[in-house]
Amino acid sequence: MRGVWRRELALFRRYWASSSFASIIEPTIYLLAFGFGFGSLVGHVAGYRYVDFVGTGVVATATLFTSVFPGMFNTYIRRTYQHSYDAVLAAPVDVHEVVAGEASWIAVKSGVYSCAPILVSLAFGLRPDIGVIAVPIFTVLTAAGFALFGIWASTVVPSINSFDYIISGVLAPLFLVAGTFFPISGLPHWAHPIAHVNPLYHCVELVRHAVFGFHPLADLGHVGALVVFAALMWFLAVRGMRRRLID
Amino acid sequence: MAILLRDVVKRYTDRDGTSIAAVDGLTLEVPDGVCLGLLGPNGAGKSTTMRLLTAQSRADEGMINVLGHAIPREAKQARALMGVVPQTDNLDEELTARQNLEVFARLYRVPRAGVRAAVDRALEIAHLTGRADARADKLSGGMRRRLLVARGLVHSPRLVLLDEPTVGLDPQVRADLWGLIAGLRASGVTVLMSTHYIEEAERLADSCALMSHGKVIATGSPAELIADHAGDRVEEHEGSPERLAEVEGLARRAGLPTRRTGPTVSVLRAERISPSLADSLANGDRVVRRAANLEDVFVMLTGETVD
Repeated sequence: MRGVWRRELALFRRYWASSSFASIIEPTIYLLAFGFGFGSLVGHVAGYRYVDFVGTGVVATATLFTSVFPGMFNTYIRRTYQHSYDAVLAAPVDVHEVVAGEASWIAVKSGVYSCAPILVSLAFGLRPDIGVIAVPIFTVLTAAGFALFGIWASTVVPSINSFDYIISGVLAPLFLVAGTFFPISGLPHWAHPIAHVNPLYHCVELVRHAVFGFHPLADLGHVGALVVFAALMWFLAVRGMRRRLID
Repeated sequence: MAILLRDVVKRYTDRDGTSIAAVDGLTLEVPDGVCLGLLGPNGAGKSTTMRLLTAQSRADEGMINVLGHAIPREAKQARALMGVVPQTDNLDEELTARQNLEVFARLYRVPRAGVRAAVDRALEIAHLTGRADARADKLSGGMRRRLLVARGLVHSPRLVLLDEPTVGLDPQVRADLWGLIAGLRASGVTVLMSTHYIEEAERLADSCALMSHGKVIATGSPAELIADHAGDRVEEHEGSPERLAEVEGLARRAGLPTRRTGPTVSVLRAERISPSLADSLANGDRVVRRAANLEDVFVMLTGETVD
């Protein structure tokens, strides 16, 4: 796993500028557009200033996108076009170690980047609770699950174009039915159970509670949901990669 | 024994459900310190054999042992001791030559303190010291190939698997790589090299195994194989198609093997041509006399047509 990280670090030194730019600017634009665009209409949502509500919600969407996309595309490209994993598996490295290396790298990188919206929100008057220091823990955990989901998805799709189905059919609903831009209480009743099986919803809740005050029992449940999600995705990602790489 | 395969079978299931054996009862031994050339036409099962040795492909039947480790059970230990140079170029394009080697030094668990020395040594073997800081995608085809070899050597393995090391390269680059492989062999490393270039095997291999349809059909040193299957001398007869058929008929009736070599017919074991046969063969057409080579053996054993 350290070897996999070694490569990622070497690669990261090349693309950190563009990658950091995208990861920080994109949520900031969302934040400004929704926070101020809607904020001027809405004012307060679920007891929070709308700009604060969105500022915390955008943390979760940033976590989703900066983990699931590298999980899907990087692993797909490295496996099918670059054949990188064939070389790695000829060394004393097993499939689960490749998956652990890739997923943990993405999770840490994504988890750290996803905290950027909090910093931006601070500049716009967010006054967080001390719990805010726990946010990176929740984002890394969520990112690990979604990175593994992406890796698994990359082993399921027949071609790189098929990711469109996953992006539109799976990720877009996840992203909207999570209480990021509006609270799920605003959704019809039938949509509530869907939100509860959405890992992103649990991430949104945790981040918001970390910033505005924990609800210990509920938050334990949210952490549990994210752990179960990551564990299930780990199992599927390792199995999928093994099927694709070892014949 | 560095490599031992016994009665190994590997089947793939086709899209329409039919089962194809890529490796079909393969038995092969590679003694320590030997450079063994695995020869065979495309599709003979050479690459599958290589993947079986690293447990990237799992055999359906048979026994595999690499450097004393049972495969696939102890594949990880075996992989730590061997280097693999793949047929497809899978360098990290965006990393420099040095970084590519550093990554694999880590993957091969070279102790941290020894990484630098190991990388320098590998760069030197591959004559890439001067290009250490060039990105892989800026290197020429030949340099990339040498870097691939260096990557397989960065942990000083006892055994190296080379899968078609010079396929698609310029003659100069091939000669360069041959020098590199000969150097490896001289340093006592065991080498298993698959190739369909006969010349490559003749130059580099101590011993050859000819594969066809997933099994080994002949083994021996290049000289032994030539002596056993093609004899000493070859006569190549030119002529009209009718004349070629006639030469074939005459030679075969005398018990001599023949093969078509493009526009000519080669009569193998020409040293056994009797004076009377020589008379009937000689009718003024152009005849080229040459030494028998491994290509003659190859075609004799794997057939004239490629399927």
